[in-house]
Amino acid sequence: MKTIYLDNAGTTQMSPEVKKAMLPFFDEEYGNASSLHFLGQKARERLEEARADIAKCLNCLPEEIFFTSGGSESDNWAITSACREGERKGKKHIITSAFEHHAVLNTVKRFEREGFRVTYLPVYENGIVKVEDLQNALTDDTALVTIMFANNEIGTIQPIEEIGKICKEKGVLFHCDAVQAVGHVEVDLQKLPVDMLSISAHKFHGPKGVGVLFKRKGKRIESFILGGTQEMNKRAGTENVAGCVGMAVALKEACKNLKENNEHEKRLRDKLFDELSKIPHSRINGDRINRLPNNFNMSFEGIEGEGLILLLSDSGICSSSGSACTSGSLDPSHVLLSIGLIHDVAHGSLRLTLSRFTTEEEIDFTIKEVKRIVEYLRSFSPLWKDYEKGVKKHVI
Amino acid sequence: MLYNEKVMDHFRNPRNVGEIEDADGVGEVGNAKCGDIMKMWIKVDKEKMIIEDVKFMTFGCGSAIATSSIATEMIKGQPVEKALELSNKAVVEALGGLPAYKLHCSVLAEEAVKAAVKDFYDKNGIEYDKEKFKPGFHGGEEEVS
Repeated sequence: MKTIYLDNAGTTQMSPEVKKAMLPFFDEEYGNASSLHFLGQKARERLEEARADIAKCLNCLPEEIFFTSGGSESDNWAITSACREGERKGKKHIITSAFEHHAVLNTVKRFEREGFRVTYLPVYENGIVKVEDLQNALTDDTALVTIMFANNEIGTIQPIEEIGKICKEKGVLFHCDAVQAVGHVEVDLQKLPVDMLSISAHKFHGPKGVGVLFKRKGKRIESFILGGTQEMNKRAGTENVAGCVGMAVALKEACKNLKENNEHEKRLRDKLFDELSKIPHSRINGDRINRLPNNFNMSFEGIEGEGLILLLSDSGICSSSGSACTSGSLDPSHVLLSIGLIHDVAHGSLRLTLSRFTTEEEIDFTIKEVKRIVEYLRSFSPLWKDYEKGVKKHVI
Repeated sequence: MLYNEKVMDHFRNPRNVGEIEDADGVGEVGNAKCGDIMKMWIKVDKEKMIIEDVKFMTFGCGSAIATSSIATEMIKGQPVEKALELSNKAVVEALGGLPAYKLHCSVLAEEAVKAAVKDFYDKNGIEYDKEKFKPGFHGGEEEVS
């Protein structure tokens, strides 16, 4: 059976070039980048090259790039540092959005338990925060604003440039979780007034276990992982040279072909929307236009997402859902609830996320399979049957 | 694997799917908010008091579909009184286990059977021991792995 991978917001397949670039560091160039001998110095050179390459792709300075273990660590670090600094200055207010990734939400909640006030900005039906809500929420004791670039479930893109400008005017630190955006849409750090930005390599065909926290020069950051003097004395731990090199290659590839990849993904994604919107009692989750080019998210009333995911998987298609059963709890995804979906509709959601490797043939097959499986699951759904028979006016 | 082969088999090929037009008892349990609704129809041989036929429809996850399917298999051809003794524990055991956070689906299957039988009793004016229809009669959501 052919694998059709449409879960690229979860993780991506590593690009062959990335793998090739990483391999020597496991057994030949295995030096510790902090060692003085030639093997260590060679590793150091490659690490700094990787840092410079990443900085160039993002249009920032190499010394603004701090390597981490991934997106979650970057988010934890940025928020923790900003809150500790705020605490020292007597500023104990955080502004975030209702549908952030759990790496942000759960870190913010830790400070909420410790006495911080938190404003969770609403994201409305289209899944986009309103700049005026941010303006109204800002106070003199706001220590941090942390808003994601693009949502991981529905792909909606936030007005980061405007948010950054407001924060800059007010002198409030602004962190942006850009894990879903970097490598997929243009992120130019000269244009974007953000102070800190989180990145994860495996979301753009790089390796797992490596990421970056961008921290603008002149802004303070407190160490998060204590130990040696690595990463400009800010993040201890022997450098993951293979991972950092792999990340740099992946980002260079992604940025070089950004426009073509975008067009390719968007065309196929729109085909999914157009075709699957023909299924009666379905809805698109999140703004259709202002979203990542590779993100598809829809709900089909009268069915539960887990069954759909498992049957798609039987056909070789990898997808995901925001239903309760797929989250391991009894509540559906907080993202779908935040855009106003009632539980019953959120249970029947399907997320398909494409990549530059996705083909038209795969999309055509997926459209056929989704239609078939939704119809099949509805054929023995009591909700759907009652609607069909006219016992109830609505499916939900 | 999330589910074992037996659960996957009942999910992929659910038994006794559909509805019975002239059913003697119908039971519906669960709610859409929680993501599970089970509806069960039974046809009873009133002389022998045996469940002749049973059908179900389920809105829910893989384990909700699998537990409904196996529950119908377990009560089909059985005396009505015996069907009432079907416990969520027996359903889980018959499936060879379910992940802990999916055990509530098996409780729903037990409740769907009881609801259908209760409907049959009520419609036919048959006296019954109300204790048997109280939630948790069989020990409720027992941990079975």
